[in-house]
Amino acid sequence: MTNPVAEISPKDAAVVFESVSKRFAASGANGAFTALDNVSLTVARGSITGIIGRSGAGKSTLIRLVNGLEKPSSGRVLVDGVDVGALDEAGLRSLRRSVGMIFQHFNLLSSRTVFGNVALPLEIAGMDRGAIEARVRPLLDLVGLADKHGRYPAELSGGQKQRVGIARALATEPKLLLSDEATSALDPETTQAILALLRRINAELGLTVLLITHEMEVVKAVTSDVAVIDRGEIIERGHTFDVFTHPRHGTTRALLSGLPGSKLPEAIARGLKPEAAAGDRVVVRLTFFGAAAERPLISQLIKSIGAEVNIIAGTIDEIGGRPYGSLVVAYGGDAETSGKAERFFAENGLVTEVLGHVA
Amino acid sequence: MSPDLLMLIGKATLDTLFMVAVAGLVGSLVGLPIGIFLATSGKGELFPAPNVNRVVGLAVNAARSTPFIILVVAIIPFTRLVTGTSIGTKAAIVPLTIATIPFVARLVEAAIRDVDKGLIEAARAMGATPMQIVSKVLLAESRPALTLALTMTVVSLIGYSAMVGAVGGGGLGDLGIRYGYQRFRPDVMLIVVVVLIVLVQLVQSAGDRLARRFDKRSRKT
Repeated sequence: MTNPVAEISPKDAAVVFESVSKRFAASGANGAFTALDNVSLTVARGSITGIIGRSGAGKSTLIRLVNGLEKPSSGRVLVDGVDVGALDEAGLRSLRRSVGMIFQHFNLLSSRTVFGNVALPLEIAGMDRGAIEARVRPLLDLVGLADKHGRYPAELSGGQKQRVGIARALATEPKLLLSDEATSALDPETTQAILALLRRINAELGLTVLLITHEMEVVKAVTSDVAVIDRGEIIERGHTFDVFTHPRHGTTRALLSGLPGSKLPEAIARGLKPEAAAGDRVVVRLTFFGAAAERPLISQLIKSIGAEVNIIAGTIDEIGGRPYGSLVVAYGGDAETSGKAERFFAENGLVTEVLGHVA
Repeated sequence: MSPDLLMLIGKATLDTLFMVAVAGLVGSLVGLPIGIFLATSGKGELFPAPNVNRVVGLAVNAARSTPFIILVVAIIPFTRLVTGTSIGTKAAIVPLTIATIPFVARLVEAAIRDVDKGLIEAARAMGATPMQIVSKVLLAESRPALTLALTMTVVSLIGYSAMVGAVGGGGLGDLGIRYGYQRFRPDVMLIVVVVLIVLVQLVQSAGDRLARRFDKRSRKT
């Protein structure tokens, strides 16, 4: 498989991680701890790139390296070609004014109105009142909160708070937006609305978005590229569609299995055996996309193996705007049928994964 | 009640208010930056200076654990240096101010430490300088808590100012001791106590109201 992430030339890269490691020294009861281990990753300009991993995998540390909230122990982080680690405090501050950031818990000032919160980064940058006013109004329009400008955060819903957070992050007209689990505290519907807003900002403003999340749903809905991080290492990366349809690593599969439609019904999952006994049927997950998604695959499969096929679970979905399907089927586990089925899958370019056997 | 007594009580109340106002103002002006420093100078914080932090913390603790009445006596030479005398209302302001500083510092420290760390991170991510974080985030967000802290300071000062009466400090405490206690006038004692209670009530409810107005955290939609 191609690795598109590695093909990005440095001048098209918004962010480059070059063999970055981050170790935290031992303190108190905690021993020394390696949060990131030799991570190399390129974020293409104009992309929405997702970094997914379980909690504690190192993704928070990774995103904080980009605006210098954390310093790498070794390696370099380049933002628009500038080595973040080489900047002094003043240089870091000016970099941070060109990189927006949104947070899981929004981090809005409770003492400021919606308007005041969005104005804060501009005040910090030393802009005068008139210019701030002229900048904040259209941003509140963009995120759909123009009528709430005089409200305080305590009067807003979670989704509205995150919209304020997004407007605030965009106030200094950054080219890069960092999203730190921005939808993890929101319900699924609000999550989709916030993700749609991020997509719109990405398309309309040409803003590069780097987001970290532990939710595959988020990656699926919004990203063009993804990297999977586990115990401080990038274990898989590529275009989101490719990673979803050809997951190569166990952790990726485990994360994918949380998606709706990819879970087996409980009764079947309990009956699954790793080894086949005589007369058992084999359970296979088929993943198909592109042209294959439009052909009558199951009826062709039945014809070519000359045996019955059970459909156990299935889903049709869209990843990065491309349709893809996943079907779990069961058929006779004898050598002849299996052989025919494997040939059929190979001829049709289907990705298969044997899940087990059932009586 | 005789007009003379009324005069005495009026004068004593004004003396108390004067002592509390000056000591409260000067003590808070000095205590506030010390409190901010204590809250922001730990390891890995905005102005990291852990050793100085420890020394200042120790000094604050020492000052706070000295009983006020002992402090008053112990710093008499200093008081005399500043005011030229060691008795009377003006002299009482010195120990009151000295006692207020560490009190305010600890309350301010607690109020600032209570500000959500996420807000500091957000401000850093915006490119704020440490001073901007203090002024635009920490002080702004802790304003309700700071208001309550200052209210508590003034209330404590009213109590302390009555105590300096015991060493000739002037004010309501002095009146209570000299007339109420030493001249066996329970009516004077009672009036002094009532005036003190009213003062404290007024200060506390004004502070509470102000803090509520500053607090935007729990307003309902």
